[in-house]
Amino acid sequence: MTLGELHREHYGRILASLIRAVRDFTLAEDALQEAFAIAVAQWPQKGPPPNPVAWLLATARNKAIDQIRHRAMAAHKHEEMITLATLEESAPEPADTLRLIFTCCHPAIAPEAQIALTLHTVCGLTTEEIARAFLVPVPTLAQRLVRAKTKIKLAAIPYSIPGDDELPSRLSAALHVVYLVFNEGYSASSGTEIIRADLCADAIRLARQLVGLLPLEREPRALLALMLLNDARRPARTDASGDLVLLEDQDRTLWDRAKIAEGTALLDAIFSHTSPSPSPTTAWGKSLRGAPYALQAAIAALHANAPTADKTDWPQIAALYALLAQLTPSPIIELNRAVAIAMSGHLENALTLLDQLDLPGYHRLPAARADLLRRTGRFPEAAVAYGEALSLVRNDAERRHLQKRLQEVSTSSP
Amino acid sequence: MQYVMLIYLDSQRWSTLSTDERNRVHQECGAWHEALVKSGHSRSCSGLQPPSTATTLREAHGKTIITDGPFAETKEFLGGFEILECAHLDEAIAIAKRFPGLRVGTAVELRPHVVGNECKD
Repeated sequence: MTLGELHREHYGRILASLIRAVRDFTLAEDALQEAFAIAVAQWPQKGPPPNPVAWLLATARNKAIDQIRHRAMAAHKHEEMITLATLEESAPEPADTLRLIFTCCHPAIAPEAQIALTLHTVCGLTTEEIARAFLVPVPTLAQRLVRAKTKIKLAAIPYSIPGDDELPSRLSAALHVVYLVFNEGYSASSGTEIIRADLCADAIRLARQLVGLLPLEREPRALLALMLLNDARRPARTDASGDLVLLEDQDRTLWDRAKIAEGTALLDAIFSHTSPSPSPTTAWGKSLRGAPYALQAAIAALHANAPTADKTDWPQIAALYALLAQLTPSPIIELNRAVAIAMSGHLENALTLLDQLDLPGYHRLPAARADLLRRTGRFPEAAVAYGEALSLVRNDAERRHLQKRLQEVSTSSP
Repeated sequence: MQYVMLIYLDSQRWSTLSTDERNRVHQECGAWHEALVKSGHSRSCSGLQPPSTATTLREAHGKTIITDGPFAETKEFLGGFEILECAHLDEAIAIAKRFPGLRVGTAVELRPHVVGNECKD
């Protein structure tokens, strides 16, 4: 494993363990950065240590101890010194990441900072990457992160999983953030790769922990099902050259059947006591009130269990999107609903719906319009829409896909 | 870790309460405080007379100006404060949640207490 891969896959986990010990985000981050810097300098000559993760944790821990000694604040740093000294030199503790998420998502932290802080600390995304994803200037985001970290330290926001009385009310923020981590991995907002498998795996692991923590709650299980069902399609989403493959063109034999089976089983268990009806507008509709992840998981299950693209139950998917839009109104959901309506064969209805949407700066809206225009044979209009989407897209693989389509409609034009 | 719990009364809401209701809230607040003293979470609480009794000092052009009234005239005013001794913010929040004044429109602000010349970061 290269250092870059190590950084991607283990940064958050090592950092979580360090933060548990030092209770100081900045100190922990600085120490871990130093450890990586030493690795960059030493490993190429000496070769990597037998257990690189343990080495990084131990080196960062020693750097943090040096730093605390240096500050010479003996009295009330004593406890941290002891915790640090006993910090296991083996693998980081999985529960640490969950503690870190609940700390980052504490209601005393501004909502816009909660997500940024989680992506930064748990997933190791850089300030620049997060700023780009949220469309905010880098200095603004950097300031938000600093403010949040300072508040955690000065106001002594505890580094722990909330108690039973607080847990349910704090859960939705944690679920939301786990889903954002997954989405960042499933559809990377920037960079050269369209998928960051490490982030998807992290999110699934965290959701499993949340399910274990709250076995009777429906939404953690629904979120886990949703992510498993989406992640199952990952091997088929890009081709050999890293280009995006649309759902309808994907090789379904590449889909991970074990993940689909697990996700579907989770979903079945959620609905088992409500006797699911084949029509989502009746029994499912009622039982899914207040359950955004269960609705999305039901949509993902319909996709994943369709034997071929042609046999996808698009009318039911469109109906589920309509329920979802009622529950959490959003132009993104309307965009997906429009696509489902188009796939049900109602291209013109879908185009009308898209024309009512406003998503400034978001390339998927013009991309979807372009696609519908292409399907109705309106190639010159499609070319204009592809051009618009291309001017907004940030991901290289998606850009290549749009360029290919633009070329198609341009050469087919009269 | 010490937190200062600042208690802000909503003057409009407070004025709509009956005398009995006000006395009841005062009594409950007293009991809430006594329980904190017993559990070791508080040593003292300070109630403040209303803003109409306040005197404000400022300095301008090298002269001290003394005026009648509070620093800021707002609907909500600082009615008192309590110094809480807690392990972390969640403990302070749990105590503040039980503050009886909350149900009559009082807002509570928790701020970490800086003791002596402790560094502020």
